Order: sequence, then C-alpha cells, then structure tokens
Amino acid sequence: MAVMTYREALNMALREEMRRDPNVFVIGEEVGLYEGAYKVTQGLLKEFGPQRVVDTPIAESGFTGVGIGAAMAGLRPVVEMMTFNFALLALDQIVNSAAKMHYMSGGQFNVPIVIRGPGGPAAQLAAQHSQSMETYFYHVPGLKVVRPTTPMDAKGLLKSSIRDDNPVIFIEAETLYNVKGEVPEDPDFLIPLGKAIVRREGTDVTVIAYMGMMYRALEAAEELEKEGISVELVDPRTLRPMDTETIINSVRKTHRVVVVEAGAGFAGMGSEIAASVTEQAFDDLDAPVERVTGANAPMPYARNLERLKTPSKDKIVAAIRRVCCVNGHANGS
Amino acid sequence: MAKTLTRSAASSSGFGVDAEGAKRLLSDMLLIRRFEEKAAEAYALGKIGGFLHLYIGEEAVAVGATSVLRPDDYAISAYREHGHCLAKGSDPKRVMAELHGRRDGLSKGKGGSMHLFDRSTNFLGGHAIVGAHLPIAVGVAFAIKYRGGDQVIVCYFGDGAVPEGEFHEAMNLAALWKLPVIFLCENNRYAMGTSVERALAQTEIWKFGQTYGVPSEKVDGMDVLAVRDAVGRAVARTRQEKIPALIEADTYRYRGHSMRDPAGAVYRTKEEVEREKLRDPIVLFRDKILSAGLLSEADIRAIEKDVNDRIDEAVAFADASPEPPGEWLFTDIYKEA
Repeated sequence: MAVMTYREALNMALREEMRRDPNVFVIGEEVGLYEGAYKVTQGLLKEFGPQRVVDTPIAESGFTGVGIGAAMAGLRPVVEMMTFNFALLALDQIVNSAAKMHYMSGGQFNVPIVIRGPGGPAAQLAAQHSQSMETYFYHVPGLKVVRPTTPMDAKGLLKSSIRDDNPVIFIEAETLYNVKGEVPEDPDFLIPLGKAIVRREGTDVTVIAYMGMMYRALEAAEELEKEGISVELVDPRTLRPMDTETIINSVRKTHRVVVVEAGAGFAGMGSEIAASVTEQAFDDLDAPVERVTGANAPMPYARNLERLKTPSKDKIVAAIRRVCCVNGHANGS
Repeated sequence: MAKTLTRSAASSSGFGVDAEGAKRLLSDMLLIRRFEEKAAEAYALGKIGGFLHLYIGEEAVAVGATSVLRPDDYAISAYREHGHCLAKGSDPKRVMAELHGRRDGLSKGKGGSMHLFDRSTNFLGGHAIVGAHLPIAVGVAFAIKYRGGDQVIVCYFGDGAVPEGEFHEAMNLAALWKLPVIFLCENNRYAMGTSVERALAQTEIWKFGQTYGVPSEKVDGMDVLAVRDAVGRAVARTRQEKIPALIEADTYRYRGHSMRDPAGAVYRTKEEVEREKLRDPIVLFRDKILSAGLLSEADIRAIEKDVNDRIDEAVAFADASPEPPGEWLFTDIYKEA
C-alpha cells in the first residue's frame, strides 16, 4: 500500500495498463504535451510517445468516433473527456455507436473503449461545467458506468474498465483529484465492475451514496453516531450494472434507506435505487425511501446559490433523522 | 464476389478489364440489382419491415470500388448499404435473412436492413445516424497505422452526410494524422428529399477535400470502370503514402429514399428520373462489353440466369430461416469475458 492522491492513482492505473498491453492508448484534448487539463495523464507522453498518447483538436464527436473505430479494429482506447460535460458533443457516438455495436452486429463487433474524465459538481464553474453527467449514460443498455469514490477504487476500477470488453463510461470528479488514500501498488490489483462496497457498517439505516456525496454522508454518519444512530454506508461504485444485491442485503438489515445523489433528482439514480428497493424489499422497509438530491435547477455560479444546489451534510442528516423517526423507531430512543 | 481484380488484369480490352473481370463486374452489379428488387417485393408482402433503402441505380460505385480492394481491406457504410455489403463478399442468403429479421441473418436478425455487419469480410456496418460512421472509419484507419499494417478502409457515405460536422471532423483528423481512409461520397443528389443545392453552400463535394489537403476528385458514379479507375488510384496512393482520399461519385437512385417514399416524386420530376435511367450503370456496362466483344449475348444471359438463381435461393433461405428465439433479446448486449 502507498498513500497517494486520486489523481496519482488514476495515472498509475493508466501507466500499468499501457505497460501491460500495447493495444491500450490514450487519446483526447491536451492529454499529451499539456499532460492533461487535470494532470491525470502526466508523464505518459514521455514514457509511451505520441503514437500512444494522442493529442486531438477540439472535436469530441470526431475523436470519440476514432476511439470506437479503433476499438472495433482491436485496440483498447482510453478516451479522455477534458470534462464530462463535453461528452454531450459525443453522445451520439457513445449511445448509438459504442453502446449498440455489439448488439446490432449480432455479437460480431465489440467496442472495448473507456471514456473517462471528471464530472459532477465542481467549484463555481456554473451551469455548463458543473453537472452530474452519469444520468445521460446509465440509462443505456450496452454501456457500463463507473463512479469511483476513493483513490483505491480509482485505480482498481479504471484497470478493470480498460480490461473490459465493453464500452465503459468512467466519470471522475474535479473535487476528488487531490483526495489522498491508500492504494495497492500491485499492478494486478483490480476491483471488479458491478460490485458495490459497504464503506461503513451500521444497523439503523442504509445510506447509499457515491463520489463527493459519500464523503458528506460519512460526515453525517459520524455526527449521528454521537446521537446513537448507526448508519450503514453503501457505495455502488458501478452504476450500471448496479449491484442491487449488496444494497438489498443492507436494507434487510437496517430496514430504512436514504439515497443521496448530487444530480437533479428528477428521474435520477435515487429514483432508480428507490424503485429497486421497493420492488425487492418492500416488506423489509419500516419507512419510505428518502431521496436527498441536487436541486432541480441548473448549477448557479454565485457561491451561496451553488451551496444550495448540492446536498449538504445537514440535509443528509435531516433525511436520516426523518426515516429513523418513522413509526416511532428512532434508534437510541 | 469480393475477389480482387488485379490491376495487371487490366488493359487487354483497352478499358481496364479482361473478359473474366468484365464478367465479374457485371455479375456483381446484377446481383445487387436483383437482390434489391426482391427485397422490395418482400417488403411489399410485409416480410421485411422498418426502413428499407434500396441501392438501385448506384451499383457501379460499390462494385467498382470493391473490385480494387483486397479481402483484408475494410469497408464501412451508412444505411443504404446492402450493395456495399454484398460487393464486399457477404453471402446474399445471410443478407436477405437479416432483412427478414431471421436467425440466420448476418446480425442474427437483430440489426436489420440498416445494420449489416460481416466480420468475415471486414465489413464494419451498417450505420444509420448520418455522418456518425465517418469518424469510426478514421478510427479503423488509426488502428491500421498503429499496427503498421498496409490495409485501407473505404468509407461510403451520401451527400447528406456532408453538411454534418462529423464529415469535417473526420476529414480533418484523417488528413492531420495521415491515415489510410478513402472517403467515397455517393452523391445521388438528394438527402432524403433535400437536394444538394438546398443543403450545401459548396455543391462540388470533392472540393471540400482540397480544404483539408486531401487528394480529391469527382468521378462518374454510373460508370463502373471509371469508379474502378479512380478508386484504384486512390487505394494505391493511400496504401503506399498513408494519406486519405476523397472521391465524389456522381450517381443517382432510381427508387425513393426508402420504401416509404416509393416514387420519390415530390422533390424531383419524373422527367429527371427517366433521363437518369438513360445512364443506368448496368445497361451502359453491358452495352460496352458487348460492343467491345468481351462477352457475348449468350455469356450475359448465363450471368443473368446465375444471378437470378442465387437471389431466388437467397429469398428461399430467408423465408425458411426461423425467427430468432426470444431469449436472444438479452444476448449480445455485453460481450462476456
């Protein structure tokens, strides 16, 4: 184990996979000479050269399509979106080409591509650069969607994504790049896609969250611990395919659920998880599932408004208290 | 189909192919024509559903271009792609079964008319969002260069893709990175019902290549030998120098945009269609080889009979092929490790 930043863990994963498999290459805006807008690809050009670390002009649909074609011909591209907001310019390539190629060719052509970059709420970047983008992708059969919360997950999940034979949408976060954590240095360390993790054991309520919201949920859990409310935290890590088994097992234990997501709540991940829990564990629930979501508004610039947009620790705490008070079963009472 | 006509086989006749080559070109064009006619019949009978875009009138482009490719070269196309797929060498039986949505179709019945793929011939689809497959073609060319191979990819698209941003992104990237892709625009003058004059500020499509420094030319897309010559030169240059090419083939579709536009009569005149039929690529080529004495009337009748038999066989095969089983709904969504 070594302690490193989330950014360094991603860089390590890229480097290890590029050393392991000559078919892996990195392509995107500013990934080479500039070493990445967020420095995730730092040093790669020097080690692997311009053939495998390919700077592109600003043409998201174009270079994403290039990645898809290269993948159809047997390479394993890692396409960087400078920010995932720009992936909307490549949405057709991702949804109509990458996701559907294997199916509509009757299994003849798969597309082993990773499309990665930061997404989610950032710091005062306003409406076009600060959005939770996973919503646009996890709806689509044929895509896998990953959101790694910790440096260890960043490494293990990125490596698994690169080795996966399908298109993987891998959305990091600007706000997490400097977060430090323990990361195995073993080049064969992998975290399988489609496996959730229980980040904190608890008995009274299951809180499901990922990325920045997981860190806020952790703070909420620690605060409530003082009041005697025991919070279990589940991080799905992969949003598609979703590991509902781990979630349902936790619900069967705690009987109460709060889902936290940074994005606008309408038709969001919280809705999907709430539906799954209701369908599969209705009889286990002692309270309705609560959602804590981003406000249904575009991301504003002003600092005070921006704070109102994204779920705060206090909102998470309040939601947990609410579900725990239903039917007079507030723990500790 | 799909056997390469070598350039060395040229010239004995004075116009580029010998008797065997001429026979193959005629046979391949006729096969596509008959295939499309039978597909239209099956559509009218309700055996084929959805959108069905026929290639009738444009056969010289796919056949002329494919005749100068190697089997390991790639081809990729849009949604009017039956001809390109057949020319590249796919079995007409499996193509017809795909149109019928049957389990023996190339894509197991999951793709349909607009999504033909054949890994065995390096035919990469079958893409029905206009413009989207051009960057994909560039990516295949990127992979060829990455591995140090000497294949090329021919990317067929219509005039309707030219105003799309992806045409320009693809041209720029292919030129910038010097990749072995041949952009072959089939200008049939109408993107659905919108004529090139109503769609493009620059209607000479080949000239867009000049902007990107890509060798470009326009060719008579109704003359299979002219297509063969132009694409042959482009393929040789691209293979050797690893640079892209743009060829605009001036062609025409005799049917409507799709079977839902059977007459294609609203946006063009009957007179125009009749006038264009005077340069039917199959009739012109047949006349040419007859008058050159390359093939006899009897030879041509034999070719026609053979083609008709093969297409009848394809229809019977498609009719007999079972529907895909229900559980196939959920297979091939992901490739399992």
